[in-house]
Amino acid sequence: MGRTFEGNGLVDPLHQFNIERYGEFHLFGMDLSFTNSSFFALLAVALVVAFLAFGSRKRALVPGRMQSLTELFYEFVAQMVRSTMGQEGFRFFPLIFSLFAFVLTSNLLGMFPYFFTVTSHIAVTGALALMVISVVLIYGFSRHGLKFFKLFAPSGLPIPLYFVIVPIEIISFLARPFSLSIRLFANMMAGHALMKVFASFVIMLGGAGAFSVLAILPFLTNTAVVGLEFLIAFLQAYVFALLSCIYLSDVSGEHIGH
Amino acid sequence: MMIVFFDTGKAAEHAAEATEHAVEAAQHTSSGMPQLDISTFPSQIFWLAIAFGLLYLALDRFLIPRIGGAIEERKDRIADDLDMAARKKAEADEAIIVYEKSLAEARSKASVIAAENRAILDAQLSEESAAQEAELDKSASKAEAKIAKARAEAMQHVEKIAVDVAGELVAILGGIKADPRKLEKALETVRAGSAAP
Repeated sequence: MGRTFEGNGLVDPLHQFNIERYGEFHLFGMDLSFTNSSFFALLAVALVVAFLAFGSRKRALVPGRMQSLTELFYEFVAQMVRSTMGQEGFRFFPLIFSLFAFVLTSNLLGMFPYFFTVTSHIAVTGALALMVISVVLIYGFSRHGLKFFKLFAPSGLPIPLYFVIVPIEIISFLARPFSLSIRLFANMMAGHALMKVFASFVIMLGGAGAFSVLAILPFLTNTAVVGLEFLIAFLQAYVFALLSCIYLSDVSGEHIGH
Repeated sequence: MMIVFFDTGKAAEHAAEATEHAVEAAQHTSSGMPQLDISTFPSQIFWLAIAFGLLYLALDRFLIPRIGGAIEERKDRIADDLDMAARKKAEADEAIIVYEKSLAEARSKASVIAAENRAILDAQLSEESAAQEAELDKSASKAEAKIAKARAEAMQHVEKIAVDVAGELVAILGGIKADPRKLEKALETVRAGSAAP
């Protein structure tokens, strides 16, 4: 982990994304080794569970500080689910809550120096996005049967428009898992690489003799970028969860008339 | 560590150069992005499934019911309290209506009693004043009778005195003793003359 110095003394900004094997584990011919990604994914889960369990341990009528915080977190997600899917979609509340909590915690854990960012890998964000789309498909078909396909052909349009609308709707539906996964992964990766690049500028300029004073410039920039990254860490988790809600609400009944 | 030569003395140039080197180095040392190394995908997805599955189970079975339960309980409690408050308010409103009704009744009863009392008092008062007036009238007429009697008596005395005075005057002036009967007659004519102009 951390930075490596190459022959010319430069930092590789992508090194932080390397998967490092902590323990070998093979099953059915697949390499399922325990890696830094596995460790930080489990750490994120452990932190979320510990935080929520600790905050809700008292179940007081008048909540204390920690209980208020957990209830705030709960209500924030609950409000998101309610506003997009209504009461019917509340069965997906645990899923959305899990997604939001996992992505947010993983993003924030990545802000610690030397920590691995689980959500900076397309494999992880892609798997999460595919899971969401699978739930959308399963729920859509189980609820509407073949009428699910009416999602691509909204009723009440003039016939010629369907030749335009239907292909657009199908393409936009198929693009969802890609946009969902790439948005999160690209944001995380770009932000962390940017921080590393500016940090390496600080080191390079810092060693530049009389001109080391100039190192303050990338240092200040990096400070601002760190602040921005905290915002992005929250925002991307929110966007991921909200889009999941919207995709689920598309097939939850209101949009597909019978 | 870093080796940077300052031949030109322009730091910016070196920085730019260094960046180029960094990019080159990155391209040389790592064979692209670690994210695109498909050999790590099964492990990442496998452990993600385990971690996410654990999180989902913990939330679904344990944490969401606990946090949501506490919130629901609070909402129920607040709703109960509001219900209770509404009920108490209705009771209070009813009590106010009853109170106001009895107050109005008492007020009208009081005015009836007051009117009755006033009538009784008025009657008593006029009775008493009438009795007193009658008594006063009686005593006044008695006094008038007394005065009239006194005046008649006084008039008789006056006539006698007048006769005596006239006799005396005649005796002094004329040197004769006047007959009282003639004097009386003379006085009578004088009085008649003065009375009938």
